[in-house]
Amino acid sequence: MARSATSPAGGRNLLLGAWERLKSWEGLLLGVLVVIVIINSLQAPAYLSIRNQMNLLQLFIEKLIVALIMTFLIINGEIDLSVCSVMGLAACTFARLYELRVPIEAALLIGLAVGIACGLFNGFWIAYVGLPSLIVTLAGMIGYRGLAYVLLEGRSVGYYPEWLNRLGQQPFIGPFPLVVVIFFVLLVGAIIVLQYSAFGRYVYVIGNSREVARYSGVKVRRVKMALFIVSGLVSALAGLLYAARLGAVRGSTAEGFELDIITMVLMGGVSMYGGIGSLYGVLLSMLVILNIRNGMSLVNLTGHVQTGVIGVLLILSVLVPNLARNIQAILNRRRMSHLAGTLPEAQELP
Amino acid sequence: MSALRRYFRPEQVRELVLVVLIVALALFFGTQIQDYYTGRTFLRISTSIAIIATVAVGETLVVLTRNLDISVGSMVGFTAYFVGTQLMRHNDIAPLVAVLMAIGIGAAMGLLNGISVAYGKVPSILVTLGTLAIYRTILVEYSGAKTVVANLLPQWVLDLSSMNVFSIGELDFRLLVGLALAVVVLFQLILTYLPYGRHLYAIGSNPDAARVAGFLSQRIVLVAFVLCGALCGLAGFMFLARFSNITVVAAQGMEMEVLAAVVVGGVSIFGGSGTMIGALLGAAMIGLIDQSLIRWLVISEFWRRALLGLLILLAVEGDAVIINRLRSLWVRSELQMAPKQESQ
Repeated sequence: MARSATSPAGGRNLLLGAWERLKSWEGLLLGVLVVIVIINSLQAPAYLSIRNQMNLLQLFIEKLIVALIMTFLIINGEIDLSVCSVMGLAACTFARLYELRVPIEAALLIGLAVGIACGLFNGFWIAYVGLPSLIVTLAGMIGYRGLAYVLLEGRSVGYYPEWLNRLGQQPFIGPFPLVVVIFFVLLVGAIIVLQYSAFGRYVYVIGNSREVARYSGVKVRRVKMALFIVSGLVSALAGLLYAARLGAVRGSTAEGFELDIITMVLMGGVSMYGGIGSLYGVLLSMLVILNIRNGMSLVNLTGHVQTGVIGVLLILSVLVPNLARNIQAILNRRRMSHLAGTLPEAQELP
Repeated sequence: MSALRRYFRPEQVRELVLVVLIVALALFFGTQIQDYYTGRTFLRISTSIAIIATVAVGETLVVLTRNLDISVGSMVGFTAYFVGTQLMRHNDIAPLVAVLMAIGIGAAMGLLNGISVAYGKVPSILVTLGTLAIYRTILVEYSGAKTVVANLLPQWVLDLSSMNVFSIGELDFRLLVGLALAVVVLFQLILTYLPYGRHLYAIGSNPDAARVAGFLSQRIVLVAFVLCGALCGLAGFMFLARFSNITVVAAQGMEMEVLAAVVVGGVSIFGGSGTMIGALLGAAMIGLIDQSLIRWLVISEFWRRALLGLLILLAVEGDAVIINRLRSLWVRSELQMAPKQESQ
């Protein structure tokens, strides 16, 4: 439990906590981020300008939004591989209804409802039947994407009304477009819920040990069900925002996004085995990935190379902590045996 | 009765159901599609099954150890393209060398997956999600936006796809199909009779117990991934022989068909249970559906992927609910039988 309690414990420990955190994984990420930003600024002088940074945020905003809920799921010990397919399905449902001249507000709402339905479907098999989320959502990833293709059959549907396109592109408050505002609202909400609310504690407890949580009276099934429904809803929202921003939808919309999203979460220090991690780390790793991708674009590396680099990052983000833990364990053992050899009273050792 | 029970385990019941389903599907498509029962249809379906089945055998090895390899599509695509370009540049490469090259490259990619999973302790789904992107990236970068074209390949590669092992009436069994069947039989024998095969089951059923019992778990998992890569390499070569024209998106999305084949074939995604024969039947079902939907005019072929997802879910859910219940029924009835036999 101690490892999962990442929220600041109290006022007097805050400074100490900040220093401890700086030495940790988050500190490493912050260092990497600073280095990348400096390199990028040297490449392009206007890099740090608000307009460029807004632009950057906008380009990845859908992935960032979905990464928020993915953090909840992975801390909970589950995973949702179907998020991008839900994004695509919601966007395609909306586009198909728009094509059939359904009022646009109704089409958007139905798109969101489709996301909730997908979440319900996933959640039912995982929480109530007890199948592993990995395989259920893998089937969902293939199936929902298939349905998206069925809806649009290789066509591309666009020409949405002006105001919808503007949502994603024009400044809404100050320099912030609406999508960015939505992201920040969701981010603050997610931080409050995950790090400071009872529900958030349940998410951690279940991630640490499902059995312990159940015997402690946590309604494990209900929490998992809620998470998957919200995951479907948020993914659908992200898909609709993506459609609004691009101004066109096709069957392959948002295909392959899961790589970036899962990398963001795992590189943020969230453990694949559940129970460990925080949204602060995920936020940092989001910024790292954003800036790495942008930096690679600055030096003319294509999208495919970028995807490959993200793939390497995904593996490294789990591999490096594992190796570090192994080395730490070996060093500890060596030190212990060394101390045990020199000191006669071994039982006094801490 | 007890002898019957010994020979018909739940797994076999499942495989029988699959056979019945495949026959039913073939009959159904026969009523729907004109000129369905021809040599051509059989050729198309059997060659498609051959490639899926070869990869599915490799995937089964990995899934048996409670792991998952979703990078197979990129491995098949990469080998097909790489060997294709080498053959285009050096027309004099001997056939055997080309096949060995394909297998070697696949094994090397599998080795990278295996090391990260077995020794780096990274969950296999993450490693292979990463390498799925990485191998495809290397392929795109290596290709320089060129494609492998049939008329620059040596003649023997083009002949390979139309070589027959034997024919029954109108039905031709191509060399590729024979190769795939040989792979399935070989690995089924390995699973049943070699210690390595039994170790795979042991690790998948209970990784902790296997480790405590002194199995070299890490090495066994590593070898499973390497073999999976090698079989993907072989499948990549078959892919090259079948299509001859290879682009950088070759075999993209194949991992889904393979996973569907493996899961539908009754290889448990929780590890420790499943056979190569099952995987072959799964591949046959997926290949049959795949190739028939293209020609069935009632529903668009875009339904293919939706159906694949549904099939995977049904198979896993069927496993969890029905097969487990059947299995406990078997065990219970065996326990009831045991004292009677003692008294006799």
